[in-house]
Amino acid sequence: MIVPAQFYLALAAILFFIGVFGFFTRRNLISLLISTELMLNTVDINFAVFNAYCHPEHLEGFFFTMFGIGVAAAETAVAIAIIINVFRNVKSIHIKNMKELKH
Amino acid sequence: MEFSTNLLIFSGLALLMMAAAFAAVTTSRIMRAVTYLLFVLFGTAGLYFMLHYTFLGAVQIIVYAGGIVVLFIFAALLIGKGTIDVTHTSNRRYLAGLLASLSGMALALYLINSTDFFADKFSTVGVPMKSVGLALMGTAKHNYVLTFEVLSILLLACMVGAIMIARKK
Amino acid sequence: MDYTIFILALPLLSFLILGLCGMKMPHKTAGLIGTFSLGAVAVLSYITAALYFGAGRDADGLFATIIPYNICWLPLGETLSIEMGILLDPISVMMLIVISTVSLMVHIYSLGYMKGERGVQRYYAYLSLFTFSMLGLVVATNIFQMYVFWELVGVSSYLLIGFYYTKPAAIAASKKAFIVTRFADLFFLIGILLYGYYAETFSFTPAETVLMTAGGIIPVALGLMFIGGAGKSAMFPLHIWLPDAMEGPTPVSALIHAATMVVAGVYLVARMFPLFIDFAPDTLHMVAYVGAFTALYAAVVACVQTDIKRVLAFSTISQIAFMMVALGVCTSADPHEGGLGYMASMFHLFTHAMFKGLLFLGAGAIIHAVHSNEKSYMGGLRKYMPVTHATFLIACLAIAGIPPFSGFFSKDEILVACYDYSTMMGIFMSFVAALTAFYMFRLYYLIFWGKSYYEQQLALYKEGKSSHEPHKPHEAPATMTVPLVILATISVFAGFIPFGEFISSNGHAYTIHLNYAVAAVSIFLAIAGITLATIMYRKGTSSLTVSINRNLKGLIDAAYHRFYMDELWLFVTKRIIFNCISRPIAWFDRHIIDGTMDLMATLTQKLGTWVRPMQSGNVQSYSVWFLSGALILVLILIYFV
Repeated sequence: MIVPAQFYLALAAILFFIGVFGFFTRRNLISLLISTELMLNTVDINFAVFNAYCHPEHLEGFFFTMFGIGVAAAETAVAIAIIINVFRNVKSIHIKNMKELKH
Repeated sequence: MEFSTNLLIFSGLALLMMAAAFAAVTTSRIMRAVTYLLFVLFGTAGLYFMLHYTFLGAVQIIVYAGGIVVLFIFAALLIGKGTIDVTHTSNRRYLAGLLASLSGMALALYLINSTDFFADKFSTVGVPMKSVGLALMGTAKHNYVLTFEVLSILLLACMVGAIMIARKK
Repeated sequence: MDYTIFILALPLLSFLILGLCGMKMPHKTAGLIGTFSLGAVAVLSYITAALYFGAGRDADGLFATIIPYNICWLPLGETLSIEMGILLDPISVMMLIVISTVSLMVHIYSLGYMKGERGVQRYYAYLSLFTFSMLGLVVATNIFQMYVFWELVGVSSYLLIGFYYTKPAAIAASKKAFIVTRFADLFFLIGILLYGYYAETFSFTPAETVLMTAGGIIPVALGLMFIGGAGKSAMFPLHIWLPDAMEGPTPVSALIHAATMVVAGVYLVARMFPLFIDFAPDTLHMVAYVGAFTALYAAVVACVQTDIKRVLAFSTISQIAFMMVALGVCTSADPHEGGLGYMASMFHLFTHAMFKGLLFLGAGAIIHAVHSNEKSYMGGLRKYMPVTHATFLIACLAIAGIPPFSGFFSKDEILVACYDYSTMMGIFMSFVAALTAFYMFRLYYLIFWGKSYYEQQLALYKEGKSSHEPHKPHEAPATMTVPLVILATISVFAGFIPFGEFISSNGHAYTIHLNYAVAAVSIFLAIAGITLATIMYRKGTSSLTVSINRNLKGLIDAAYHRFYMDELWLFVTKRIIFNCISRPIAWFDRHIIDGTMDLMATLTQKLGTWVRPMQSGNVQSYSVWFLSGALILVLILIYFV
């Protein structure tokens, strides 16, 4: 007997909202990025699950997940580059100091 | 017998992932947060293996666990310990975030529970490497060479961009 | 007759020049510009009159109605439109002469009278504006053009009454004049709109068939128009503004409040006369009764006023009422069959403009000499001001109706018309005419006879009882006496103009012939009035005066206070209209309308204050809002799908 798809989806939803919670409450750029990665990751899970349970004959979800992982890697690389640069400029990565782009 | 094994493994993974995720967003040490994230990523790879997407699991481990997490660690180390102590926002915003996340979670779970959109077509065969390669490089229907190329360009652009941004003046 | 446009254009041009660059020119230049443009207008008017009447009558025995200009100014619909143009017919040509003559005299006179005053340029600009408006009014081709110029006349009258704008009384008077006439004009406008709607035209000659079908509404429209005319012509009870309007410079009173503007109402009724006589004879007779009452009321009040300009103002009201009565007693369009009043009214309008203008200008000369309007500062002036005295006497004789002065002829025609209508009306108006003679000669004696205020003061000064030497009255300068003499000459001879040859109710020639019975009665009454005035006021205060004053004290007090009409109006407006209508409206405006606006403003502000913190620039709080919105959208979808 296989595990019901709902279980996967429920797990993904819980993880996603844990990521959301982190995104809302953390004050540190790297922590925010970690939360974002969590959310992206759960989306990937959903793609894979839908593919496996709905259309196993095609591989759309599979490839979406793969590309998603790729994009996440790229995004993280750029984000971290930005964070490092910001840190160089303002000597902080605390979110309350990120005011230069506000106005 | 088999289903109970599957369920058992799934439950183990789920518990591990939830605990690790929660810890990742609440711990006050950045290195620990990264490490907890690593556990979640590994758990995700486990889920892919359970879905018989072994290639995807491998990619997950290599790219995420091997690449991204290393990037995080480098960033944390570069920035230094003193500045990256994690502090939470004000109580009010903490509660607002908690409330929004919990209600969202409840809504999502309710939707998942109340909807039955799955025809049970799950196959235990898995995806052979050959078909993955062919689909990735093919030009026919349900083939993804264009996406693959676009993604390659994107990755290149990101690499250049990251170097440009992070480079010392 | 294309040049008639200049009759309107010249005063307007003069107004624009003086109004726009008057401050840069010396007083004298401004005065001369105004006077010369008016002189040109007068010459043009005379030429127009000569050519118009000289052209003779057409085959039907009528003077042709000429419309040299008529431009469609505002098309309102397929059939209805408002035109602007110039209309020449006997009465408008006659009015052109009256207005341009009196206006020219006033312009010349003002050169002397206003010398050294502040803002002479402004004064002449206003005079030009007024003349332009008044001329535009009389040559109007339709009732709406008339209304436009009517309002312009009202505005320029307002400006001229309030010319001494540092004097609170003048400001109050100008406001009063404007508001009262404006109030009456509201009815005029309603009348015009009714007329335009039912007669399907604004012109004075609508199609007979249309009027037949309109039926009962035409008398109402004409009655409403008459209320407008009553406001401008100071008919009871809308007369209250005219006595106060004497706060303006005296030449202005002569021009506007004696000769021209106040007869606009008479002119309006005369203009609509064919309609009145055919469709609304009852309304026309209402005009007669209103006029008769006004004539008596104003004559009685004029008998006891002490301010000489007020006496003249009430006299004007009374005389205009005579004209209204004359129009009102007409029973047909044929001058031989009860339509005599029309001609009499126009005749009296003409002569009255001349001698009343003369009286006001003379009063101006006197005021100029003694620096006061009050009779107590005058007396015995005939020695000091011979020319003024002579011309003033001529004017008094004319208004009293002594032959051969002009007033006798025109007033006699009016009285004949009244006796034709009914004997009661005739007797009543004869009595008012006698009163006229009385109060005019009372005024005359008070000013020129009796004890001289100057001599009394001089005596006191010489005895050492008064500290300052009194100012010696002097004759006015030539710029002021020349117009007096000219007007006096016209007043003497105007009665011999065969007026009926030019103007009559049906357009055909009418030969004026004296009705000797009526003439004899009116001469007798006039002499009686003059005699009474002579006995009472010749030597200052006589014993008869004292006894009359004692016996009729209540009546005299009431008349002195104008029978408390102003107080009554104030009561009606302040107590009733303000409290019962204005206050609730003001309350509604302040609390409901403003309140709604305030509420919207406050709500917007509150909402703004509440929303503003959301724009914190903090991405995390944005994302909380974003998630909340997304969740709400999902909920909505779940609920509805």
